[in-house]
Amino acid sequence: MLVKGRIIRVSGPLVVASNMSGVQMYEMVKVGEEGLVGEVTRIHGDTAYIQVYESTSGLRPGEPVEGTGSPLSVELGPGLLGSIYDGIQRPLPRIADEIGKRNPARSIFIERGISVHALPRDKKWHFAPLERLKPNDKVEGGDILGLVQETGLMQHRVLVPPNIRGTLKWLAPEGDYTILDPIAEVDMGGGDVRQVFLAHRWPVRIPRPYSLKFEPAEPLITGMRIIDLLFPMAKGGTGMIPGGFGTGKTVTLHNLAQWSSANVIIYIGCGERGNEMTEVLERFPHYMDPWSGHPLMERTILIANTSNMPVAAREASIYVGITMAEYYRDMGYDVLIVADSTSRWAEALRELAGRLEEMPAEEGYPSYLASRLAEFYERAGKVRALGSPERLGSVTVIGAVSPPGGDFTEPVTTHTKRFTKVFWALDTALAYSRHYPAINWITSYSAYYESVADWWHKNVDPGWLKERETIMDILIRENQLREIVRLVGTEGLSEHDKLVLEAARLIREGLLKQNAFDPIDTFSTPQKQAAMMRMFVEFYNAASEAVKRNVTVSKIKESLGRLYTDMMRARYTVPNEKVDEIEKLAKKVVEVISKLEGGEQ
Amino acid sequence: MSMIGVREYMHVSEIKGPLLIVEGISRVAYDEIVEVELSHGEKRRGRVLEVTNNVAVVQVFEGTTGISTSGVKVRFLGRTLEMPVSEDMLGRIFDPLGKPIDGGPEIVAEEKYDINGAPLNPAVRAYPEDFIQTGISAIDGMNTLVRGQKLPIFSGSGLPHNELAAQIARQATVRGEEEFSVVFAAIGIKYDDFMFFRKFFEKTGALKKVAMFVNLANEPAMLRIVAPRSALTLAEYLAYERGMHVLVILTDMTNYAEALREISAAREEVPGRQGYPGYMYSDLASIYERAGRVHGRNGSITQMPILTMPNDDITHPIPDLTGYITEGQIVLSRELYNRGIYPPINVLMSLSRLMKEGIGPGKTREDHAQVSDQLYAAYSRGVELRSLAAVVGEESLNDTERKYLKFADEFEKSFLSQSMTENRPIEQTLDLAWDVLSILPEDELTNIKEEMIKRYHPKYRQQAA
Repeated sequence: MLVKGRIIRVSGPLVVASNMSGVQMYEMVKVGEEGLVGEVTRIHGDTAYIQVYESTSGLRPGEPVEGTGSPLSVELGPGLLGSIYDGIQRPLPRIADEIGKRNPARSIFIERGISVHALPRDKKWHFAPLERLKPNDKVEGGDILGLVQETGLMQHRVLVPPNIRGTLKWLAPEGDYTILDPIAEVDMGGGDVRQVFLAHRWPVRIPRPYSLKFEPAEPLITGMRIIDLLFPMAKGGTGMIPGGFGTGKTVTLHNLAQWSSANVIIYIGCGERGNEMTEVLERFPHYMDPWSGHPLMERTILIANTSNMPVAAREASIYVGITMAEYYRDMGYDVLIVADSTSRWAEALRELAGRLEEMPAEEGYPSYLASRLAEFYERAGKVRALGSPERLGSVTVIGAVSPPGGDFTEPVTTHTKRFTKVFWALDTALAYSRHYPAINWITSYSAYYESVADWWHKNVDPGWLKERETIMDILIRENQLREIVRLVGTEGLSEHDKLVLEAARLIREGLLKQNAFDPIDTFSTPQKQAAMMRMFVEFYNAASEAVKRNVTVSKIKESLGRLYTDMMRARYTVPNEKVDEIEKLAKKVVEVISKLEGGEQ
Repeated sequence: MSMIGVREYMHVSEIKGPLLIVEGISRVAYDEIVEVELSHGEKRRGRVLEVTNNVAVVQVFEGTTGISTSGVKVRFLGRTLEMPVSEDMLGRIFDPLGKPIDGGPEIVAEEKYDINGAPLNPAVRAYPEDFIQTGISAIDGMNTLVRGQKLPIFSGSGLPHNELAAQIARQATVRGEEEFSVVFAAIGIKYDDFMFFRKFFEKTGALKKVAMFVNLANEPAMLRIVAPRSALTLAEYLAYERGMHVLVILTDMTNYAEALREISAAREEVPGRQGYPGYMYSDLASIYERAGRVHGRNGSITQMPILTMPNDDITHPIPDLTGYITEGQIVLSRELYNRGIYPPINVLMSLSRLMKEGIGPGKTREDHAQVSDQLYAAYSRGVELRSLAAVVGEESLNDTERKYLKFADEFEKSFLSQSMTENRPIEQTLDLAWDVLSILPEDELTNIKEEMIKRYHPKYRQQAA
């Protein structure tokens, strides 16, 4: 029996309805004569407080509110990849079509009361059942029933939904099916026979189950040198990227979405600019995934709740995104979810809490801000999925944070810091001098650098951890020296300190700086990254020896001549497949320096 | 909203700030438009901010001065705030509600639209990429504006933001295409600032292509909430239904935000930072996001909001939230202004996020991106060394470092500075950039590829000539 009530109050995105007894917390409801989508967030007697995901302009007390009997859920199945959804999983191109049918002049806008399915109903998918499965086999949630080629790149593994377990009565033969056609029947016992389809629904606020969680140890290669070398992310890890406006958050996140070594990318534009989503939409179909050579869009799902779209849907959007991520994780894939920006999500939370007249905590945010953040980031992880055959999958979560005034002591930044293990601090001063990515190497950190070192040592460079330390030492020492230089100028320093400054400059300009818009520089393979790091370490070591022989730094620079600028330019002159050129360059540099003889002191 | 007629109520139970609390109502809609008639017959407009079964909270645009709880009639008009739009509105001056105040005839509406607009569907947006030449080197060379962008000017009181905005409005052009139409919203600005723009448009003969929505400093603060929305409603009509390229100038958004805070305080809402409401980000976004281009329509909206940073503080909530929404910012510097430099643009703090798509071969010139990167890197080094030299003295710097100092001075003197009427083509801007970059040793130009140096560096250009 579905609940039917009436609106008694409207205040922005908050609607209060009476006569709602029997409605559940977080149940999805249809509000008003237009059937706007809403979700119950508080129940008091027979009154329900509802956050509405569409504009409430023009809504009146007295209009009906109807329950749907189920919580806000997403549709999971083939057809997700390559789509762009709004915050509650409505496909945006379909919304445009529907509005265009009503009034072509308005088709470019998002108007409300549009009801469209998340996954296409008419599209047929080619389903191939798993051969070893036979009727009367025992199956349970997470078992793979068969395969669907979802995009050129991705194979969709059709799973038994997590809440089903029993005897397989029937499995569809190979053929073409829509998501409405049953592909299996499972006898749950007691005469309860359930049909299984290519798609199923899952409530967004409930994490999908898995069998076991592991510690993340394999790096998520991003192709961005400062990240992979100095502050690496691990598959299944959590990271945050705080930065004031103009520090390059979005460009960095786009890069992560573009180049990361994940199978599936879910990009959530949460309260950000419309043009940024457009940029991804226009570019990704033409850009190739460096790991597979397929268009990037084939592995990407976009969720767009731009800053001018309804605020309540912003709150929902990150749950919609992470539920999809868990779904692909359960298939055994590595998923990267990028949320830009979690600050807008927190502000949505604050706005809704304010309308509910809840007692505010710090800066007006509700007291449960920290626990909501913790819940969200806890849904990341590397896991063994339920069911058979056995498979590992991961969800890596990276959240952008937009601290007001660039102040990292504000609540969203400080709380997020507690629940994430990688901290890429974007720096306004670096951004002003157009040093991109503007990740500050002194304040950033990664808790994974030791756990991923093994992978680097085995696969790329046995000296990785040691070289990383040398680079970090130089950068930290430079930072201290800069204070001294501010007092005495550069000429007053010892030769070795001058070398540190010079090496740090080389590292900053030649290794850490990376031009996202240069075809060669934008993405570096782990091999190229390691070779470049080795080159700078070797230069530094050789030059330190030379300084001990009383060779001056300016002499070293002078004798290197072109080689010096070549080192700095290597990031955009040497393509990924010609790593040996960097090695040759490093060798020449060391040769020249080791021949230098110092004068008398 | 469903059709429902006009209903009149007389029971006003409370008046506070700009708000009226009306009781005994029924079936009033959220956001519905209201007409308030005072006992002596004066009529004011307002809208519903919150509604329950029998109580409505009404915000009165013209303020509540003179309203009494007795003898006042509150009429709910059965619709949300709409504005008539027409191409004939170009060349005219209106109040924020769209009523002509230039003595001319009433507008015959082609359409009527809700001034709140609706969000553009991100899936139909087209990424902005048409280079707009403003003729100002600091903008064209380093913070390029493209058609469909929203690029604010962050200024301070007394700085020449009006002059700069006017210069941009006059000179802005996409080469080889029709001129921009301008929609201008004056939000709580002083009369002389308004007259500056009006005279400027008259003098340049542009007035025929300009529609102005005016709310002056001495006029009701609540209408500041309406003025930018009316302007953008017209702009959207002109751009997406009449295929025009529209430049929207909104000044001063700081006054807008203060009006927003005033309403929030009257409603006793939990404040966010510095007393501004927690939803100010979403609210500002509902204005700034009304810019762009869409697939299948010819026109575009380029937005240039102006705001004065209270106390020149860029971390103040108004510029801060604006910067998070807009696609970059042009920051004016009091220090440069005091040194007599016009336009006093602090290029290091300025940014155009859409620049990369608007420049390069076929749009500006192949060396543009690299030259711009190099200018940024070199100028920031120069500025850093300048403050170092102030402490340790120029003589403790080495030769190269001294060249950076010279570069920074020359950059400000010959690249940044130009007169209010000087309109530099992009080629001239880039050549000027090379001239100042040539002060530095060639191997310091690490952001520029060698082939570009060979092609454009003055040294090689002279050799070739």
